Amino acid sequence: MSRTNLLDRREVTAALLRDRKDAIAIGGLGASTYDIAAAGDHDRNLYLWGAMGGAVMMGLGMALAQPDTPVVVITGDGEMLMGMGSLATVALQKPGNLSIVVLDNEAYGETGGQVSHTSATTDLVGVARACGIADSRGLDTMAEIEALAIRLQDVSAGPRFASVKIDPANLERVLSHRDGIFILNRLRGALGFKPI
Amino acid sequence: MHARTEAPAEAAPSWTGEIFSILQRFDVRQVPYVPDAGHSDLIKRVLASSTMRGIPLTTEEEGVALLVGAWAGGQRGALLMQSSGVGNCINMLSLTQIFRFPFLTLVTMRGEWGEFNPWQVPMGSSTQAIFELSGIKVLRASHPVEVSEVVEAAAGQAYNALTPTAVLLSQRLIGAKVFVK
Repeated sequence: MSRTNLLDRREVTAALLRDRKDAIAIGGLGASTYDIAAAGDHDRNLYLWGAMGGAVMMGLGMALAQPDTPVVVITGDGEMLMGMGSLATVALQKPGNLSIVVLDNEAYGETGGQVSHTSATTDLVGVARACGIADSRGLDTMAEIEALAIRLQDVSAGPRFASVKIDPANLERVLSHRDGIFILNRLRGALGFKPI
Repeated sequence: MHARTEAPAEAAPSWTGEIFSILQRFDVRQVPYVPDAGHSDLIKRVLASSTMRGIPLTTEEEGVALLVGAWAGGQRGALLMQSSGVGNCINMLSLTQIFRFPFLTLVTMRGEWGEFNPWQVPMGSSTQAIFELSGIKVLRASHPVEVSEVVEAAAGQAYNALTPTAVLLSQRLIGAKVFVK
């Protein structure tokens, strides 16, 4: 399933978040969280440093609680593979404001670059579509990424799933905050919720 | 082949309605679940509710992550599952410490009181210890008259004190599932 003309993960993430407005962004464990941090720290970012397989479900809970706010989950192929069932759960709930973007380098970059299932046999776009997410696409160009950045602001047409085959080069880590209590409460504060 | 007798067709026990009322009163909005016979009446009530959203999961750990997102977005939730599902949650239970969010789960127990199916016993035997090792308080209800009080206390400390709490609804309370040929 390897392709040529692979996109740069930092450019993709930056393009998705450049005009984010009120969008909430969730970064899956690993490089996706660094990519979101590299695009700029933001009160509405939820960075994950663990809970592998949980990024999409956190996005779903948030999307259902805040149906007028765009929610975008940006994660990797390994993290998505661990939570594939969540695509079926999302499809059933049909959150119009949820977008899921997989940055697919076909490898577990954080642990030594071991190849993942998407390098050979698994088609995550097909998985998402078969789970019932009708708007599931593979994106190959920055023009398509720019178009997704606009579409993800539409809170009525989701859920949507996109897989982007990216350059597998390991980039310099851009470390986000790691204190979950701070990150979560900062996000809640940005949405207008006070501490208990 | 063995036919399986599901929960008897008689009226649902009154304590399931009491649990539903408590969840309503605490303004619980998202109720993720993996089905269990012991939760079937509560699940029906949730799915019929105009204020709660019942969210079927493919595996229980999804529900722990979902409740983080719900709370980040300003909503309370409660996870319904069977004891065998607790093992599926273990890594995600770390989120209760990482995020200190109001985690409440109601667990129907198997493998502890007149169980017929040996496959339910190992996980049922370790359910309470797994929660405790994961930093989650465990309260238990074994008799119909105490369910309301126990769930009320659990919801209170989960939502008011951000103390992650599991309520174990004993197999003694629910009744052992009957398997017949």
